[in-house]
Amino acid sequence: MNESTRGVNLIVYRILIYSALLFWAFLCLFPIYWTITTSFKTAVNVTQGHLIPWVDFTPKWIGFRSLGLSPETIFQISTVRDEFLRRFFNSVITSISASTLAVMLGSLAAYGLSRFEYKLGFVKNTDISFFFLSQMILPPVVLALPFLVLYRELALLDSTIGLVMLYGLMVLPIVIWIMRDQFSTIPIELEEAGLVDGLSVWGVFLRIVLPISFPGMVAAFILCLVLTWNEYFFAALLTSADAKTLPVMVASQTGSQGINWWSMAALSFAAIAPLAIIGVFLESYIVKGLSTGAVK
Amino acid sequence: MTSTYVGTDHIPVKRKAIGQAMILIATILLVALFITQTLHKAGSIAAGFDNWRPVLYAYLIWSIALCWGITLIKGERGQRALFVLPAFLFTIAMVIFPLIFSVYISLHDWNLSAFEGQKFNGIDNFIALLGDTYYWNSMLNMVYYLIVILFEYAIAFGLALLLNAQIVARKFFRVVFLMPLMLSPVAVSWMLGKSLMEYRFGPAATLARQLGWESPAFFSTPEIARLSIMILDAWTFIPFMMIMLLAGLQALPKEVNEAARIDGANNWQHFWEITFPLMLPVSITATVIRIIFKLKLADIVINVTSGGPGGATDTVTSFIFREYRDRSNVGYGTMMAVVFLIIIIIMMTALLNLLNRWMNKVT
Repeated sequence: MNESTRGVNLIVYRILIYSALLFWAFLCLFPIYWTITTSFKTAVNVTQGHLIPWVDFTPKWIGFRSLGLSPETIFQISTVRDEFLRRFFNSVITSISASTLAVMLGSLAAYGLSRFEYKLGFVKNTDISFFFLSQMILPPVVLALPFLVLYRELALLDSTIGLVMLYGLMVLPIVIWIMRDQFSTIPIELEEAGLVDGLSVWGVFLRIVLPISFPGMVAAFILCLVLTWNEYFFAALLTSADAKTLPVMVASQTGSQGINWWSMAALSFAAIAPLAIIGVFLESYIVKGLSTGAVK
Repeated sequence: MTSTYVGTDHIPVKRKAIGQAMILIATILLVALFITQTLHKAGSIAAGFDNWRPVLYAYLIWSIALCWGITLIKGERGQRALFVLPAFLFTIAMVIFPLIFSVYISLHDWNLSAFEGQKFNGIDNFIALLGDTYYWNSMLNMVYYLIVILFEYAIAFGLALLLNAQIVARKFFRVVFLMPLMLSPVAVSWMLGKSLMEYRFGPAATLARQLGWESPAFFSTPEIARLSIMILDAWTFIPFMMIMLLAGLQALPKEVNEAARIDGANNWQHFWEITFPLMLPVSITATVIRIIFKLKLADIVINVTSGGPGGATDTVTSFIFREYRDRSNVGYGTMMAVVFLIIIIIMMTALLNLLNRWMNKVT
């Protein structure tokens, strides 16, 4: 092979790589672009398939006005906005509490399992680990109906705390899975030095291990946040008025006939915006969280 | 060194006694409350509470007493147990107990909206399930949905290779490619399923018309509807596998990656002979986790097609969800879920065993 054909090959190769990259980037971004622009379109613009603002159509605050979130309605009283904000903050509280619960319980358990030998009859560390991790294959539907009955008896139906416990349970195995690998990368000598200095096992964990493994915990936390913020199935079954989360609100709007495209688009956008922002700014943590589990 | 690590501190007898007393009192409280409430609900005694909430509090107090008591009794060994104990007690309460309860429910004719409550009907639910063609149809759909993972894996691997190549703006592409994973499936159902793929003016339908498909109805014939759902689900979850595979590629020895870059002409051969075999463990992890997530697929189906047309897109979860919504029969729904779980456990155990054996043979 001479130099020039090799050079041509390289250029072709580059073009192929970049066109593939751009094509997939388009596939990822176009639905988001479409949603954002649709929230500014009137019915005519939607039916005629106009795509580019200011060229095809004049953007109007129509979608956000229907939610009471446009510049001219933001200071007025709006029942739709109140409803939306309630669902939004329900989602915020539920997902953050559940992720915190799971990261706390999960990190402790993962640390214990990666450092100490437990023995309770014939149950050993590997069995306990398996017990936790096997929860991952449990489909939500198996627990959903029993919880419906149980929560009714416990008066926890349609309560945020009930949902938090269930979500915490759902993401707990993922936290343990990530954090076990995180802790095993910390050299044990550091902890031994702490013990020599007279710290208890909990002192060592809180003063030495916790600061080192904090980025790992953040990674696990964000992964939990993604899963709990987007959760729909349990929320649809177990909440009705008070504790209803944003995904349930979005879903209930799509059911009705003759939906307003612009308000649906604005609502969808509001539902995805928080995580999209997290995705842009904290992407490295998400990658880190997923990577720890994949590569031992 | 190890002697300090394995706790040998002496525990005073009095401290031990306090610990034991705490656990004992909490246990008595829990058992007493449970029995009282059971009898109250059965109508035998008047004393009791409106709901079971106090029993939950008693379990919470019992858990705290147990954790505290163990540290008092066992000293440092107790402190170590304290790391795992909270998660363990939480999981017992939230999984093991409901699972046992779900077996109980599944043996009843239990309509939540009916006034008379539950009625034991043995294995009637199971017999009804054997003849339920919609249920087995949704099970068959799950098989189709699982097969698609192979294609998702191929695309994810391709994207991971692209991101691992020498490119500019790698961070930008990584952020963009990850984006679909962050989006709520319910919002995705609307954004893609209900608007982009809308029959009359969705851009995807317009594009399909221009490409020569005369009536681009994505959700009205069984096969195409199923395919559309598969695409929607793949769109959200491909980034998930992609990131794992990318991590695997980046963890490969440097020489492997460099050799691939220098020897541009033989990339294809190099990939199959060196990169792919080295990536097998990561590939298996990513695929197994993807299978686990796929088995939970429901929200997109519920929101876009509600299982239609004619149950062609139903997953087991979405079918049970609809069964419950339409008839509020928890007994039958739970039986279907329990059977689903048993099938999953059998399949996953078999799969993991096979993979283990195969990996041992390969490496």
